Amino acid sequence: MKLNTNSNTYIIIYSTILVLIVAFLLAFVSQSLKPQQDANVKLDTEKQILNSLNLRGLSDEEAHATYEKIVSFDEAQNVYVCTLENGDVKYVLPLKGQGMWGGISCFLAVDNDKNTIYGAYFNHESETAGLGAEIKDNADWQAKFQGKKIFADENKETLALSVEKNVNNETTVDAVTGATVTSTAVSKMLQEQLTKKYMDFLKN
Amino acid sequence: MALLSKQNKEAFTNPLNLDHPILVQVLGICSALAVTSQLKPAIVMGLAVTVITAFANVIISIIRNTIPNRIRIVVQLVVVAALVTIVSQVLKAYVYDVSVQLSVYVGLIITNCILMGRLEAFAMQNKPWPSFLDGVGNGIGYAMILIIVGAFREFFGRGSLLGFQIIDCKDFNNGMMTMPAMALILVGCVIWVHRAYFYKEK
Repeated sequence: MKLNTNSNTYIIIYSTILVLIVAFLLAFVSQSLKPQQDANVKLDTEKQILNSLNLRGLSDEEAHATYEKIVSFDEAQNVYVCTLENGDVKYVLPLKGQGMWGGISCFLAVDNDKNTIYGAYFNHESETAGLGAEIKDNADWQAKFQGKKIFADENKETLALSVEKNVNNETTVDAVTGATVTSTAVSKMLQEQLTKKYMDFLKN
Repeated sequence: MALLSKQNKEAFTNPLNLDHPILVQVLGICSALAVTSQLKPAIVMGLAVTVITAFANVIISIIRNTIPNRIRIVVQLVVVAALVTIVSQVLKAYVYDVSVQLSVYVGLIITNCILMGRLEAFAMQNKPWPSFLDGVGNGIGYAMILIIVGAFREFFGRGSLLGFQIIDCKDFNNGMMTMPAMALILVGCVIWVHRAYFYKEK
């Protein structure tokens, strides 16, 4: 008997079965890979925090071991407190913002004086490779943040840290070439998030 | 039918030259422009598309006689979307760095015209094995262009290949090459060379 593959009943049954099979398959794949993916995401976050502390290029095991040793999370302040091997204490502030095509985020490591920047690491979801994505890929650009001040003056009155085209001074970092929108977004993220979430922390 | 009969060989080699998905059919251009500013994502993208085209072709070819004609595009899309989701999940679980680098473009393979084109034009009429060869051929043809353009753009844009610095030009960054517009011009040049030297109209 030849099936009439164009009858309505056949089409409805066919599509229902197809969708059910695909749904079960995807649910199964997603469930079975989830632990591995979660571990990857966690390890990636740990590596990003270490990157912001200028501990770059560690292997997976090294990164995890170092992280466990030097970093602890202060939930009340939402700050990662890190004790480096030489005894210095640094604070890593997680920041989030909106880039050109998707979210951007940052781990900003500051010295004990809560003003001088020790290091920075940026991440993004979908900035253009080679342009906006440079905020993540270009370690030299991230290194430019080292030693910059968050506040314009010692009394911590005005928040001055920013990213601007062709400006390079105590509180300003030169923008990424060809990525004006992303650079402006980074600047905005630093200003807004530091003001909103960390002003009390930084001033004390 | 022999595994590598004349027709089967043609199913594999045609998309590499005479029926090239990018150079002759000019399909899948958008993603070719988007992921080629560096070599590594270009290679991974090429691989992902090759795997997905091959398996989507095989699956559609196996069930081709049961697919109701009126919803065949929907069925094809469901199969492709399922495969793309699986590949993206596997990448996330086992090569996390690369999956982060490719970000949205893995998901966008669903909308790659090469896939739908091959499913409609080849897998719906042919047996699984030739369909598999056709998928692999088209995937490699696509990957080939991505790698050529990616290598060119990374080398002339920033003096490196696969992330290794070859020419030291830290302060000199050729932004023109890293812009997507340049990829279009380069693809145009590759098509021009291909038409002039390798492609003979029948």
